[in-house]
Amino acid sequence: MSPIIKRKGEKFVLPGKYLLFILTILCTGMVLLTFNTTIFSGPLGSVAGYIIVPFQEGVSAAGSFLRSRSEELGQIRDLIAENEMLKAKIDDLTIENTRLQQDRYELTSLRELYELDSQYDEYEKIGARIIARDSGNWFYSFVINKGSDDGLAIDMNVIAGSGLVGRIVDTGPNWSKVKAIIADDSNVSAMVLSSSDNMIVNGDLRLYASGIISFEQLKDSDNVVVEGDKVVTSNISDKYLPGILIGYINTINTDSNNLTKSGYITPAVDFEHLEEVLVILELKQTIEE
Amino acid sequence: MKRAIVTAFFIFICFLMQCTVFRALAFGGIVPNLLIVLTASFGFMRGEKNGLLIGFFSGLLVDIFFGSVIGFYALVYMYIGYANGKFSIIFYPEDIKLPITLILCSDFFYGIICYVILFLLRGKFDFSYYLIHIILPEMVYTVVVTLFLYPVILRVNRSLEQQEKRGEKKFV
Repeated sequence: MSPIIKRKGEKFVLPGKYLLFILTILCTGMVLLTFNTTIFSGPLGSVAGYIIVPFQEGVSAAGSFLRSRSEELGQIRDLIAENEMLKAKIDDLTIENTRLQQDRYELTSLRELYELDSQYDEYEKIGARIIARDSGNWFYSFVINKGSDDGLAIDMNVIAGSGLVGRIVDTGPNWSKVKAIIADDSNVSAMVLSSSDNMIVNGDLRLYASGIISFEQLKDSDNVVVEGDKVVTSNISDKYLPGILIGYINTINTDSNNLTKSGYITPAVDFEHLEEVLVILELKQTIEE
Repeated sequence: MKRAIVTAFFIFICFLMQCTVFRALAFGGIVPNLLIVLTASFGFMRGEKNGLLIGFFSGLLVDIFFGSVIGFYALVYMYIGYANGKFSIIFYPEDIKLPITLILCSDFFYGIICYVILFLLRGKFDFSYYLIHIILPEMVYTVVVTLFLYPVILRVNRSLEQQEKRGEKKFV
């Protein structure tokens, strides 16, 4: 007798395998639908936002308290050793400081040239706090406590201090999901500030631990790009505003094709200890299709 | 009804802990997978249907907040819950070996699926790196957390079952 035929007086119970089958179809449908659209993120995001987000805010405050306590204990031993080392370093730094002061004049003139400073100030920004991080270990994204009610929208750029953190990929009424530039599936179109050569900066899971990100397809035919050069977002990126600092070139290698170069970048942002971020309330101008 | 509320509360707490407190206390950037522990243990304690439903809702929560599409994690967690439900016939509350083994296997399976679908298909072939640095540490950390979380789940489930039995007797 088939298990779904209902007998008289018997309570109807849906067997597990049928439920599995129905939900599998439902999930597959949702994956296909949300692959290119954002139909469900509105209603689902609002419901989840009102239930979960207030708790995330509270618990993550408790979490960061615990972390800072545990870090303090571990640090005491290191501090004693570090103190010795730092005293020696002071001497070195005094010498370096005089040298740097000379460099500063040069820097001021360069800044004026690129007007980087004023460019950042022009954008209207809003501060937000990180309330949750990715629940898995494969990607690097986090949730912030501002959403579409505060004027945030998908593809807005997120910075911390002076460096690029990532962009918003999903919003709810009171929360937004930010995908960091170090996430394995994120790519940023960037350029070297000194020579305006374009390149692609991509995150890599294998480099999380060492705190660097990789870049590729740098066309530097004149061989002017050197280690330590500033890397900023490029003018031709369609998601990122131009001229936001990403980091500094750490290593640079010529690819086997002898045309392009690749290597590693040290990000300007410390992703390990990120707690507050700034969201730029301006979207990159794009051509309407 | 009471069971549904308690279960929803469990999913809610585990998800919150996983993306806030454990994120702050992560060892080497690895967090334990509490939702797998929850899905698997309700699977082998209560059967296939419970396992797949809890897996579905846990996965959906992860999808809404951290997935790039909605439904992927729901699907993975759901099948893990269902598969664990198949073992409910040989489950005894006194035995700790079966739960630990099942949770370990579930987390391994979850890691492999994530690697194959989210990384291998994008041309990231360095499987040994991901196995050693992501999948195995997550399994170890998850098992350590299981030793504390599993007795709690077991005790709550037992008291719920006793209450349900008492309720049935009253009606007869």
